[in-house]
Amino acid sequence: MKKPLRSVVGWLEVRTGLAEALTPAVTHPVPRRTASWWYVFGSATLALFALQIATGICLALVYVPAADQAYQSLQYLNDQAAFGSYLRAVHFWGSNGMVLVMTLHMLQVFLFGAYKYPRELTWIAGVLLFLCTLGMAFTGQILRWDQDAYWGLGIGASIAARAPVIGSTLVHVLLGGPIIAGRTLSRFFALHVFAIPGLLIALTGLHVWLVLRLGVNEWPMPGRVVDRETYRKRYEDEVHRDGVPFFPVAARKDMVGMAVVVLAVLACAAIFGPNGPHGAPDPTVTDASPRPDFYFLSLFALLALLPPWTETVILLVGMPLAIVLLLALPLFAGTGEKSWRRRPVAVLSVILIILVVTTLAALGVTSPWSPVMDAGTALATPVAYVQGRSPLELQGALVVQNKQCRNCHSLGGDGGRRGPALDGVATRLTRDQLIRQVLQGGGNMPAYGKNLVPAEVNALVAFLETLRPSNQAPARAPVAARPMARQN
Amino acid sequence: MCANHDLLPSSPSRRGFLFTLGLALSGLAATLAGIPIIGYIFGPVRGRAGQAWIELGSVGNFPEGQTRLATYENPFRVAWDGPTAKIACWVRRIGGDQFQVFAINCAHLGCPVRWFPQSRLFMCPCHGGAYYEDGSRASGPPPRGLFEYEYEIRQGQLWVRGGQLPTLAGPV
Repeated sequence: MKKPLRSVVGWLEVRTGLAEALTPAVTHPVPRRTASWWYVFGSATLALFALQIATGICLALVYVPAADQAYQSLQYLNDQAAFGSYLRAVHFWGSNGMVLVMTLHMLQVFLFGAYKYPRELTWIAGVLLFLCTLGMAFTGQILRWDQDAYWGLGIGASIAARAPVIGSTLVHVLLGGPIIAGRTLSRFFALHVFAIPGLLIALTGLHVWLVLRLGVNEWPMPGRVVDRETYRKRYEDEVHRDGVPFFPVAARKDMVGMAVVVLAVLACAAIFGPNGPHGAPDPTVTDASPRPDFYFLSLFALLALLPPWTETVILLVGMPLAIVLLLALPLFAGTGEKSWRRRPVAVLSVILIILVVTTLAALGVTSPWSPVMDAGTALATPVAYVQGRSPLELQGALVVQNKQCRNCHSLGGDGGRRGPALDGVATRLTRDQLIRQVLQGGGNMPAYGKNLVPAEVNALVAFLETLRPSNQAPARAPVAARPMARQN
Repeated sequence: MCANHDLLPSSPSRRGFLFTLGLALSGLAATLAGIPIIGYIFGPVRGRAGQAWIELGSVGNFPEGQTRLATYENPFRVAWDGPTAKIACWVRRIGGDQFQVFAINCAHLGCPVRWFPQSRLFMCPCHGGAYYEDGSRASGPPPRGLFEYEYEIRQGQLWVRGGQLPTLAGPV
């Protein structure tokens, strides 16, 4: 059994010379301490990329990249094709996993100072890989061609449209036409399966080549400062004095890491299944509540929470600047300390970025700024708030329900959270203040002056005045204001 | 034969000429291939200002003092657009021949706004923008009021001018 195999391998080796060429690369010495679990995220990302390619090709066997049939082909994949639903799930969870593991890899190489001399270009290629992966995530979400995809494109186009002068050109190039339709989907299909994967493969090749050529970043030690004059010689000395062959010593952990992330993706796919498609991409169905996939939830949240006047500046100047900063990082911080113990600014930046992104994403999940669109018809008024109330106050409770107040204001914990909860509102606002707030709005509330007749306002305010715990006094007008008013 | 040929001494000027010719021809080929490729990718920009008049139906379909959803087919549709060929807009009939026709897309980031006849507000499900019944901004992040279509009444029919995705760069 062994003999024929060996002769086949030998036959191939004589002709290709591949083993001879690759053995030095595979067994090259790496610093002993880098055979660590901290160093497995790069290869784990590569494993997930391979999984994405394999499942992506499979999905493309069935998926129809045409706006009139894409949705049905996804339903066919979900319901009829053998393993179709599972492969969609693996591709979806694989994309989530790839973004996540790649982010971990990026954080690790940043904290370990791996981007410093002479590995600047490795970092730059890595940042480009990260951007391409996010590009894959966005275009992939569009290929789902459901309501979220349609309105996600609307958001993308609206952001592009804010660019001065070239805004309209950008929108048309992005959409492949004047409006989101068939040509848009074909464009995003070409980007998702040809253009961006091509770039990803080329950049991955460059990235891995650079890692092999420049060596794996050594374990950073406080006080071992990177200096352009001495670094490479010191690294070579260390590797030759105390190195271990990459294969099999370091590769063992990489292999385990790769298998674990792939198994995790397979398990998530089996447990949670595929994502969508949610609702046909029919723009005349107006009860859509579009939400992006998790990688863009933080951006989605940011766009709801930023003061409106800062939005365009942050989108068009802030974000490109952040990308340039990320790309240029090794050019202005290419030497010096590598250890995170001696880089407090780097550590604080990482903590700050993680906190900001996860907080925004968590807010994006609940979207407290979004009105609850069916609150007026779907939510019940808490019994305690209507028991023992006068007919006028009950009329007011109806006004709250019928005028969609609860789209933005919750009552008994149910309803929108865009405005303050109405429970206990009578302890905060007096009757006059309530009337003024309802009629004139303000503080991000629309004015209802034109939309309510005086009798409705009267009833509404009568009801709102009952909304306070029995042990708390109603709000009182500020006393200091009265004498001043008299003076005037 | 080839080998013999290579051994023949050739003048530096001839080698230089061939190298320059190779560069020039490759450059020409790349340019000639590149022009149509770039032109093709940026082709959609040419239809940038394209708009068309679209019939939304009889004026009688829109009761006075009410705001209703109307749908039409994208005038620049292609055969494979499927459901995305359809476009919706909100038609407000103020009275008589006085109309306001709003794009469904929120002026903030293009999400579909919904009309609430009881509170007489348009609300956006994405970031919570709200507009009054005349389309003006009421609250939330939108930088302006709803995008409005140009309209005409022709022989009892309501017509609007549209065909573009309304954004801050090119309303309707």
